[in-house]
Amino acid sequence: MSLDLHAAAPPDHARGGRPAHRRRTSFTRLDLKYSPYLYVLPFFVIFAVFSAYPIAYTVWIALTDRSPLNATISFVGLDNFVELITDDPQFWNAVVNTFGMFVLSTVPQLMLALVLANALNRKLRAQTFFRMAIAMPIITSTAVVALIFSMLYAKDFGLVNWALDTIGVDPIDWRANRFASWFAISTMVDWRWVGYNALIYLAAMQSISKDMYEAAALDGASRRRQFWSITIPQLRPTIIFTLIISTIGGLQLFTEPLLFTSGSGGLSGGSEGQFQTITMYLLDVMNQRFRWGYAGAVALVLFLLIALMSTVNYLLARRISSDK
Amino acid sequence: MSVPTHRRRFAAIALASVAVLATATACGDDSSDSGKSDGPVTLVVDVFGDQGFGYDELYKQYEAEHPNVKIQERGKGLGLGDYNTRLTQQITAGSGAGDVVALEEGTIVQFYAQADRFVNLADHGANDLKGNFLPWKWEQGTTPDGKVLGLGTDVGSMALCYRSDLFKAAGLPTDREQVAALWPTWDQFIATGQKFAAADKKHKFVDSATNFYNVVLMQIAGQGTGYTYYDKSNKLVIDQNPDVKSAYDLTTKMIAAGLSNNLQSFSNEWNAGFKNGTFATIACPAWMTGVIKGQAGDAAAGKWDIAKAPGNGGNWGGSFLGVPKSSKHQKEAAALAKFLTSAKGQTEAFKKVGNLPSSPQALADPAVVDSTNDYFSKAPVGKIFAAGASDLKPVYLGPKNNAVRTAVENTLRAVEQGKSADEQWQAALKNGAAAGK
Repeated sequence: MSLDLHAAAPPDHARGGRPAHRRRTSFTRLDLKYSPYLYVLPFFVIFAVFSAYPIAYTVWIALTDRSPLNATISFVGLDNFVELITDDPQFWNAVVNTFGMFVLSTVPQLMLALVLANALNRKLRAQTFFRMAIAMPIITSTAVVALIFSMLYAKDFGLVNWALDTIGVDPIDWRANRFASWFAISTMVDWRWVGYNALIYLAAMQSISKDMYEAAALDGASRRRQFWSITIPQLRPTIIFTLIISTIGGLQLFTEPLLFTSGSGGLSGGSEGQFQTITMYLLDVMNQRFRWGYAGAVALVLFLLIALMSTVNYLLARRISSDK
Repeated sequence: MSVPTHRRRFAAIALASVAVLATATACGDDSSDSGKSDGPVTLVVDVFGDQGFGYDELYKQYEAEHPNVKIQERGKGLGLGDYNTRLTQQITAGSGAGDVVALEEGTIVQFYAQADRFVNLADHGANDLKGNFLPWKWEQGTTPDGKVLGLGTDVGSMALCYRSDLFKAAGLPTDREQVAALWPTWDQFIATGQKFAAADKKHKFVDSATNFYNVVLMQIAGQGTGYTYYDKSNKLVIDQNPDVKSAYDLTTKMIAAGLSNNLQSFSNEWNAGFKNGTFATIACPAWMTGVIKGQAGDAAAGKWDIAKAPGNGGNWGGSFLGVPKSSKHQKEAAALAKFLTSAKGQTEAFKKVGNLPSSPQALADPAVVDSTNDYFSKAPVGKIFAAGASDLKPVYLGPKNNAVRTAVENTLRAVEQGKSADEQWQAALKNGAAAGK
């Protein structure tokens, strides 16, 4: 009986339990196979909606004359790009401004950050206070920074002109003169980002082995020599990182120059476009002139410029620090 | 056994979250309001400008008369440029715009091309109201093929606001009749400014070149060609229209005389200029009185006065109310637009923020004609502004008027900053053409 049962049990079990069991195992297999995709899906859905689709659409729209003022959309091929590159002095003016401000802000910004990080890397009194203090500007809003700096650089009642006046320098119309406006905007950018870069450098410096410095010190290397021969080469990947981030940020400079003027015509970046950047020009074309297709072309050329500059920076940075 | 259950639960959660995400993006609209007219209806009204349109009392009244309607206003404090950018995107996207939207004189032409995205108000009986609007205002709100895109709210008309205390200190007359007699023409206005400048080194005579220029251009064009940067077939004629050049030359002459305070209009510095009282006059369409009162504040009450502007008449600004097709309550929205633009509604808005009515009935209403403005030394604003409004000649503005205007204004700012006027005129032609492309 018991044997019988035993003998009968497997088929019985198999017959009765098979469908449920099989369902469960097949579900488990499906689950194992596909649920990881499901978990990462939200990111890719958002990426597709907010990044991939807009990028693809930008490419498409750049090949058309799309505008809310046109009843129909017609395909114009590369006309927008041809016009942009061969026949648009305002665009090239914006490119010059953007690069000018980029160089004027990034070079001192990274240099200062390095020096600051090096100083903070030593044993200091109230070390945490100083480290916190340089990071403070990052948490302020760009708009607020831009508004306050705009007041400092006001033509008539600005603090900077007042200070210049006390040392006998004539007041400067910061928005009228191209170089003055670049300088003013660069100080805004630097005030905000020096601390950020300094913190990144500081973190990287602290991971450099102390042994190297000790060995160098035993060999009689001065602090300066240690900085150039140990710190800088060791920071190479970090410097490349900050350079690329600054390049992306610098070439997309927008809020600071936009808020440098208020009132009508802010997107023009000064009476003669003295400080109109590429992104401002992009919006000018899109929202004032309603040439959406052309704006798409501007956006794509900006993308290419950033990619190009990042590559150049990367190559340069690699060279500089591998010399030693 | 327990492992798969857990897994399954995770999978279910993951699936659910994806589903939520997908639906969250799909149902951004609140669909609780049905299209039926008897249910409760919320109408959104989009306006712009620091002072808004002065409709608060009218909303309350309308809600009391129509218990099923609730009105919500957006946009007060938003500059025209930002407002128009947003509206253009909403109209093109076909969603997001209010049920009733304000269209400004300089931008309504841009929407002619998208007239099929707006309710033709003629379908809601607007044609019967034609007599309620000044003929040229009605014409501006109608597309070339006869669709009624918007009903007129206000017109700019034109006068000159001046600081009587500064005039007095500079030895100029302060009585508004005598002040107007100082400047029958713009050239005499500049001459008066030079007298003022000789007596008062601390203050400037005019706030900015661009405000001066816009007023002069609209006046000259109104009496001349009837258009500015675009002719009536929407061709860019900035280099051919003599009116543009005349207004430009008059403005650079004013700058050369050292009269401009060089403030960028509608900027923080310009606002501060009102508060600190750094300039003595400003070209004043009716809506500007609200701006002055708002910016200069109570401290300057009684210091400002209004006189007739130099030259002859002219208009700058003024708006319309339209109903986008994206509205779910087009019938109710059209009714509200008709109510707000009625003679009574316009009179109410005039009392609130000084926007001059575009309705002949409202312009004849004693509440408008006989009104005085306490802030402006009890100036008879009704008479001053209404006088010119009825026989104004309209100025046609092209589709990219604002972009071209900005380009030209920028060159005038460069002249204020000391650049050569001739070179900047060439730049105005070049940049204006690029902006209008």
